[in-house]
Formats: sequence, C-alpha cells, structure tokens
Amino acid sequence: MDINKVQFDLVSPERLLVSDLYDMVVAPGEEGDFGVLPGHSPLIANLRPGVIDIYENGVISDRLFVAGGFAEVTPERMTVLAEEAMPVHEIKAADAEQRLRDGKLAYEEADTDAARAEAEAVIAVAEAMLAAVERLRGASGH
Amino acid sequence: MANLKDLRVRISSVKSTRKITSAMKMVAASKLRRAQSAAEAARPYAERMERMVGSLAANLPQGVLGPALLSGNGNDMIHLVVLVTSDRGLCGGFNSYAVRNAKQFINEKLSAGKEVRILCVGRKGRDQLKREFGSFIIDTYEGMGRKGMRYADALEVAARITKLFEDGQFDVATLIYNRFKSAISQVPTRHQMIPFEGESVTEEAGDMAMRAMYEMEPEEQEILAKLLPRNLATQVFRSLLESFASEQGARMTAMDNATRNAGDMLNALTLRYNRTRQANITKELIEIISGAEAL
Repeated sequence: MDINKVQFDLVSPERLLVSDLYDMVVAPGEEGDFGVLPGHSPLIANLRPGVIDIYENGVISDRLFVAGGFAEVTPERMTVLAEEAMPVHEIKAADAEQRLRDGKLAYEEADTDAARAEAEAVIAVAEAMLAAVERLRGASGH
Repeated sequence: MANLKDLRVRISSVKSTRKITSAMKMVAASKLRRAQSAAEAARPYAERMERMVGSLAANLPQGVLGPALLSGNGNDMIHLVVLVTSDRGLCGGFNSYAVRNAKQFINEKLSAGKEVRILCVGRKGRDQLKREFGSFIIDTYEGMGRKGMRYADALEVAARITKLFEDGQFDVATLIYNRFKSAISQVPTRHQMIPFEGESVTEEAGDMAMRAMYEMEPEEQEILAKLLPRNLATQVFRSLLESFASEQGARMTAMDNATRNAGDMLNALTLRYNRTRQANITKELIEIISGAEAL
C-alpha cells in the first residue's frame, strides 16, 4: 500500500459508493471542514450536510455531496457513513429546490418538536445541496 | 377402475398447477437476483457502522456507562422480540423456521420469569404467533419491500423501537430474522440490538488502530446520540434485506420442488390414463371376438 495515499471509503445504506486511494480528502465536519492526509490521528466526527472534496495531485478530482453522516479516521483510512450521497454534478437544482419547498411546508405544518426538527433537517440538506450546485457552477464559470 | 374422463380432468388440472408453480419460480428467481445484490450492497455500511459503534463503545472509559441505547438501562426484565417474516406464503419452511426460533426464544424468557413483547414485521409471523402469544404482540408492519426495500422503511421501524425503549416499554431488544446464506439455505438468526452487542467489543485481539484513543468531534456523547439511532435503523435495514432475499430464495426452492412434483404426478397420471385406455380397448375387442365366436 502506498503510504502517501489515504484509503477513502464512502458508504451509504444501500451501497458502497467509493473505495479508493487518494492524496487528500476534505470533509464537512459539524464543527468545521477538516482535511485528511495519510497519518491523520484517529478521529470520529459528525458530518453536516455538505460536500466532500477529493484531492489528487493538488487539485480537486471529485466532489461528493453527503446529507450528513459520520466519518471515522485512522492513520491509514477514512470511512464516511452517509445516509445519502451522490456526486455533485448529478444534483439537479430543481430537485434541491423542490426538497427545500417540501421541507418548508413540512416545517409550517409540524405540530411537535420532533416533526419540526425533522423538517429543519430536510431544509438544511436542501440548502446544502443548493449551495453545492451553486459552487460547482461558480467553479466551472471561469 | 377410474374412468377416462376423470383422469383427463385431473391431468389438465395438474398441468395448470405446474404452469403456475413454474411461473412463480421464475418470478422468485428474478427477484432473488435483485434482492441478493441489494443485501450484499448493504453489508459494507452495516459492517462499518457496527465497527464504529464498537470502537466508540470500547473507547468509553472504564466504569462509565454510555447512553441507554448502547449499554441498556440496566434491567433485563422485559424483552422485545422483533420478528421479521414475509407477508406471503408459498415459500416452504421460511416463515416457520423464523417463528419456531422466536417461539423457542420467547418460551426461554417466559420460563425464566421475564416478560415478552413482540413486534412483527411481515404478516405471516403475526399469523403464526397470534394463537399462542397474541397478547404480547404490540404491532405488525405489513407491505415491506413491495416496491423494493427502502431505507425509509427501516427508519420507520427503528423509530418505533427507539420510542418504545424511551417510554420504558422494554429493556432488551432482539431481532429475529432469516439470514441469507444461499438460495437454498437460510439461517434463522438472533441479533441483540439493545443493549449493543458487537463482535468487535468482545474480541480481544482487535487490531491496534481500533483500540487507539479516538479524538471526538464534537463530544462523544453527541456523536453517540446521533450514531446509535442510525445504527439501529441500519441493523433493521440489514435484517429486512436479508430476510427479503431469503424469502425469494426459499420460494424459488419451494416452487422448484412443487414443479418437479407436479411433473412426477403428471407422468404417473398419464401412465394410468394410457393403461386404462388400453384395457378398455382390449376389453371391447374381447367382447367383439367372443361375440363373433358364439355365432
């Protein structure tokens, strides 16, 4: 195994999405983004809805959207357990907007704290999706 | 001697039964392929989730109890059995195996003086438990996986289990389902969900990285609070997928046997039909000949 690379696995409940060696992975931690290089100290972190950037040779080679989840980091590997994950370029802005509307509607209709929290989570995911799409558009624009 | 018409009717009815069973076998086989790959695709997530909870649990300082979902609430009085079966029959011993396992478990607990509650996923399990343990059944989920198993289904069941636990309705939860081994072999499996019982925790010779102290971001308690309900959902999801794949495998085998039996029966009936027909012709000939001789 190449010691200058980090083994990165991204799994969702339905399938294993990514499993490969990369130079660096930047994940959206709940308390701020963090980058993982080989030899990172062991860490378990919550992830907020956002984008995981994969770096190869100093440039971003892939961007993956996750709707929150968990990351487990050891010196050799990084495992991300995501409830929902997809490449950013596959996100459709219209879908994300639809989710945002659904979330807002659910929030207004919510009558318990639990339902409200659930709706808030949907809104947060939808907003993060939109932000991810926006950022991709901005990056490819120049 | 059975008359020819009766035999003809029976032959045609066995023929149409054979058509039905062989069609069901084809359907089960194609569903099995999909269900199997879904079950296999879900394994990495479940395994890694379990490992993560395991390393968090191992990471807890000695003597400190984690959240109730992880270490239980200290009691062992009321057991919840979550029994995963199918909604439909015609799949051999599939449901009976799981139910028998559940009954054994329930009887063990009852004779030890514990209380039992049952949550059924799948109609067949409820039907078979109703007579003996009807009063223990809390609820039944039906129609799972009709349009392919989805994670949302598992979330629903897991949320229910969590709620029951928080309301103090039970102390220990055990999941009973058929694990998919191969198309012809399904293994009834018990899996304790609450308190958490991972293999990695008890395993002494785990690799060093697993036992290294992890940094937590945010606090350990917060991570566990988010991770544990999802772990529960993941375990339920895995059992649903395994059970669904097993069901299709069991049905395929059962229908294969039924098709073969129908074929054997058809051969036997056809032979009898031909013999009877032959005997009738011979009888008529004898009658004609002896009639002619008498003249």
